[in-house]
Amino acid sequence: MANVPFSDDDPRTRLKSPIVAPGHTPATVTDKISTVITAETPKWWFLGAAAAFGLLSIFLLSVGMLFYKGVGIWGINNPVYWGFAIINFVWWIGIGHAGTLISAILLLLRQNWRNSINRFAEAMTIFAVACAGMFPLLHLGRPWRFYYLLPIPNTFELWPQFRSPLIWDVFAVTTYALVSILFWYVGLIPDLATLRDRAKNKFAASIYGILAAGWRGSTKHWHQYEVASMLLAGLATPLVVSVHTVVSFDFATSQLPGWHTTIFPPYFVAGAVFAGFAMVITLALPLRYLFNLQDFITDTHMDLMGKVMLATGLIVVYGYAIEIFIGWYSGSPYERYMLLNRMTGPYQASYIALFVCNFVAVQFLWSKRVRSSMLALFIVSMFVNVGMWLERFVIVVTSLHRDFMPSSWGMYQGTIWDWSTFVGTIGLFLTLMFLFIRFLPMISIFEMRMILPEASKAKKEKH
Amino acid sequence: MSAVTTTNLHGMLAEFDDPEAVVEAIHRTQEEGYTDFDTFSPYPVEEFADAQHAHTSWLPWIVLAGGVAGALTGWALQFITSTEIYPMNIGGRPFNSWPAFIVVMFECTILFGAFSAVFGMLALNGLPAPYHPLFNVESFKRASQDRYFLCIEAKDPNFDAERTRAFMESLNPIEVNEVEE
Repeated sequence: MANVPFSDDDPRTRLKSPIVAPGHTPATVTDKISTVITAETPKWWFLGAAAAFGLLSIFLLSVGMLFYKGVGIWGINNPVYWGFAIINFVWWIGIGHAGTLISAILLLLRQNWRNSINRFAEAMTIFAVACAGMFPLLHLGRPWRFYYLLPIPNTFELWPQFRSPLIWDVFAVTTYALVSILFWYVGLIPDLATLRDRAKNKFAASIYGILAAGWRGSTKHWHQYEVASMLLAGLATPLVVSVHTVVSFDFATSQLPGWHTTIFPPYFVAGAVFAGFAMVITLALPLRYLFNLQDFITDTHMDLMGKVMLATGLIVVYGYAIEIFIGWYSGSPYERYMLLNRMTGPYQASYIALFVCNFVAVQFLWSKRVRSSMLALFIVSMFVNVGMWLERFVIVVTSLHRDFMPSSWGMYQGTIWDWSTFVGTIGLFLTLMFLFIRFLPMISIFEMRMILPEASKAKKEKH
Repeated sequence: MSAVTTTNLHGMLAEFDDPEAVVEAIHRTQEEGYTDFDTFSPYPVEEFADAQHAHTSWLPWIVLAGGVAGALTGWALQFITSTEIYPMNIGGRPFNSWPAFIVVMFECTILFGAFSAVFGMLALNGLPAPYHPLFNVESFKRASQDRYFLCIEAKDPNFDAERTRAFMESLNPIEVNEVEE
């Protein structure tokens, strides 16, 4: 978008290795990315999409069972009313955050290496938010009355209670989903025009044509377009920070030990970016291998994403350290007990595993060799994906299962239906992802053209 | 090329494969006295916008208005429902507990601002426009791929099919095409 490439002597262009392989022109970039869509569907796509759809069917089955029997099929109990539903909601919504970070914040910071990863990272955001949105709705008990959450004039004359963080969450997540879709669509318009103009049959041409809204690439249009992109990026940046902040308010505004803490908003936001980058790496590695896109998603990208993951991981670990410190420093017997219980109680194994995943595994990223080994990077990102899920598990369960009164203590574990719903949303996510890579350009074509040598040629002519 | 028919012509379109040549062509077109012309490129080229002086946009003001409208809507929604329509006593706090209303106001500001940015951009560009005369030129398909185009429109007072074509041929294009209405 507006991150026009810098001149050759600009220090910001001096990355040690290129962000796009040499020898590419607008024609080759257009060809290579759009051929993924116009070519015959590869066999592995059918296999992958079928597997993803299989998982999605598990989701439909689990939801069907849930509607039939109610939330009693889940492991939630007294005192742990918030189980997998909240854990998965926070996990998924956190994953989405890297997409907005890449598309908005890195755009404002003029990091043009983002141009090849922003499109599918944004798609990941939208699909992750879709998965996240499932859980609060399913957790309602009467999901068909979800519209009670919204401020809609109704015959009961009931209105939401606006002092509650739960209604803030409704607004934050809805806004986030809508703005992410808008941002994604605006970014797609010029590429949809490319697909319209390259379509091999009339049907595809008209579908892409309708979606492209008659885009013709006029300089006057491009100018308004770039202004719009920058404004959207400027709006999305505070939005993405606000979303996980509001999610953390669900916890932080309560009176429970382990939740009632001011570190939560920044710690949740850092954790979200951390988890999101791990997921971007998890998706980017197989995609660039399967579609042979190493020219555009280069090792430099992987190296840079590894560094972002390391940096945000350290912020998250700082959050863990502060939690422990405050547990002691607050002098509150409940806080102290909660922490001791977390470290030595029945969920000790989860707590240790979370440290191994989010702290120990990530330290390998200090090494350049690990960051340039795709297998090692993939393994670390998988550790982080698991670790961030465990983090939410530990936060939700250890604070709840030991109530203030020992007579109310309980234990929590997910049932088979909890797991099948969770695995099912992974199926939903993968199904959407498979459809996306088949029908839309997974790399922003026009933004790739902008970082080619040909685009900086005109620059030197500048009067 | 066929004989030029001036009756229903949208303009004359020159195709280039080099952005530098287009910058040069824009300057020469302006020197020649043409005002109703535009360039087309597969990605935003700042130099084209510079040369065409396409630097003003009302969009930031539209987004500001949208954002302010969003903030007011968010505030009004919460203030009116919490104090007039459905007042609830929550822990003895005032009905108008405005600090608690900030989050929803903020989200509405962003939401309305983002919608104004997208629909404002489309409206200012006159999109969606499913039909445009330029799409009649077969080679214009490459404007979204790898070629750059300059179109001088027939409504320009200086436009004269033959003279304009001759001028455009002198700009070293790959080819010059008539754009039928």
